[in-house]
Amino acid sequence: MIRVEGLSFRHHHAPRAVVEDVSFTVDNGRIAVLLGPNGSGKTTLFKCIAGLWKSCGGTVRLDGRETDGLSFRERALLLALVPQDHTPPFPYTALETVLMGRAPHVGLYASPSARDVDKARAALETVGVGHLADRPYTRVSGGERQLILIARALAQESPILLLDEPTSHLDFRNQHAVLSWVRRVAGDKGLTVLMTLHDPNLAAHFAHQVVLLKEGCVIADGIPEQVLNEGSLEQLYGVGIGTVADAGRRLFYPRSA
Amino acid sequence: MRTKTVLIIAAPFLAALLSLFLGAYGISPLQVLSALRDGLAGVDSPETAIILDIRLPRIVLAGLAGLALATSGATLQAVLRNPLVDPFILGISSGAAFGCALTIGFAPFIPLQAAAFLGGGLAVLVACLIARTGDGGMSRLSLVLSGVIVSAFFSAMVSLIKFFVEPMKLQSIVFWLMGSFSLAEWSQARSAGIGILLGCVPVLLLRWRLNVISMGDEEARAMGINVSRKRVVFIAAATLAATSAVAVSGIIGWVGLMVPHLVRMLAGPDHRRLIPLTMAGGATFMILADTVARNLTDFDIPVGIITAVAGAPFFVYLMKRNGKECWGR
Repeated sequence: MIRVEGLSFRHHHAPRAVVEDVSFTVDNGRIAVLLGPNGSGKTTLFKCIAGLWKSCGGTVRLDGRETDGLSFRERALLLALVPQDHTPPFPYTALETVLMGRAPHVGLYASPSARDVDKARAALETVGVGHLADRPYTRVSGGERQLILIARALAQESPILLLDEPTSHLDFRNQHAVLSWVRRVAGDKGLTVLMTLHDPNLAAHFAHQVVLLKEGCVIADGIPEQVLNEGSLEQLYGVGIGTVADAGRRLFYPRSA
Repeated sequence: MRTKTVLIIAAPFLAALLSLFLGAYGISPLQVLSALRDGLAGVDSPETAIILDIRLPRIVLAGLAGLALATSGATLQAVLRNPLVDPFILGISSGAAFGCALTIGFAPFIPLQAAAFLGGGLAVLVACLIARTGDGGMSRLSLVLSGVIVSAFFSAMVSLIKFFVEPMKLQSIVFWLMGSFSLAEWSQARSAGIGILLGCVPVLLLRWRLNVISMGDEEARAMGINVSRKRVVFIAAATLAATSAVAVSGIIGWVGLMVPHLVRMLAGPDHRRLIPLTMAGGATFMILADTVARNLTDFDIPVGIITAVAGAPFFVYLMKRNGKECWGR
């Protein structure tokens, strides 16, 4: 469970807070999506929840534990983060990359054990990329890389998973493929998931809960059927929004474009 | 992979054995072997003295220095997420050289090892302070740039010392700075060995963490690593290893940059393998370079010149061949 209460963040000397008094709760085993235009404070909110930035006002509770004062290791045991696509400085293999997720479980002067390697392999299998284990992580496709990063977070064995724009560098097919894996794995393992997305249609399809963030404030929070409609999306993105319905699904599109 | 690993680990010992047979004073291989046997039995002879008190300490010292510089380079490259840094680029070598030059010129009562570590530590500390941003973070690029600045500053300070020091001392500073093992003794190997051991053992024990840290501060923190604390440990260890080498050998470039890259190309970037293999590779490279340095001509060429002459074109070749691969991009 993720419970955020009164979270605020202001950069040094900045006149306005990036995130202002944000509160929401994601229940156990749910997938929540944070939607908001660029600059709405999604990334900031993420970094505060993940504990990467200090001096965020308010409280964050992960599975009931207040995160203030937790060490990085204790926090990593509660929460795993899947970063946006990035290029590592060295071409580690997929297995070596996933193995890094075992860091909070490995003793201070130790290296990962055979058991850790098994868990890393299992994590790769879980998201269907076991065959990439020995390939350099830098030489796989964007979708495969995203799955490897998700496998790394799974190897961490934390009950809460944060994904920062997991679809931002992916093509149409891979966006759905990656999110389908997230949904399947989260269901199987009972993970609580919070992710940021840019596409309300993906959110409508994959989320149990949607939180709309505008200018650092939550403007709506609830199940997709209630929260996502023309009015709320127009307010969120500042453009006219139209809807088409087909086969029981609603699809949103920007009307002005 | 396994045979490759065994070969790399065995390489420094083979190189040392080879180096033992070669030298200015002509001793046949059989005589070398009998001198070794005599030495173990405690029999004195000119050959025994040459082998055990001149060649062997020099080989051991070269091996230790190569090991230290290469390990330091690999560590710094991972911690700073930058394949182009090494103790020289960050100003550690120049800082250590400044400390040593100051000591040789004006304060001969201070042990060189301590002066080198203080100088190198000061350099890396200043480089980090310059690179620090307001929110306590540190960007990769600005750290390298400030390393270059600090390096240039300390090089200038060394020049200043050279200008003011008396001629006799100037000669020894200049010769020492060129990078050479020609005056190697067992006492040097011991004093450098302690610092190198203290620097390299923590790196060896913590080496898997380098993988995680090299992914970037935020990711490493999200995986439960206290990056700031670990970085201090790693940089301090790398500094101690590198400055311990500089104190006995002067500035020897290229090893810290080149050897980790070479090993990465042979055995991949995983630091669980990379660090031990870099240690072996650094020792091998330096032993061979020093063997060339003392056998190529009638003079004892400073080994720093050999490593630069061999290193620069070799590095260009590696970069052209598969630089993309080894730099991940």
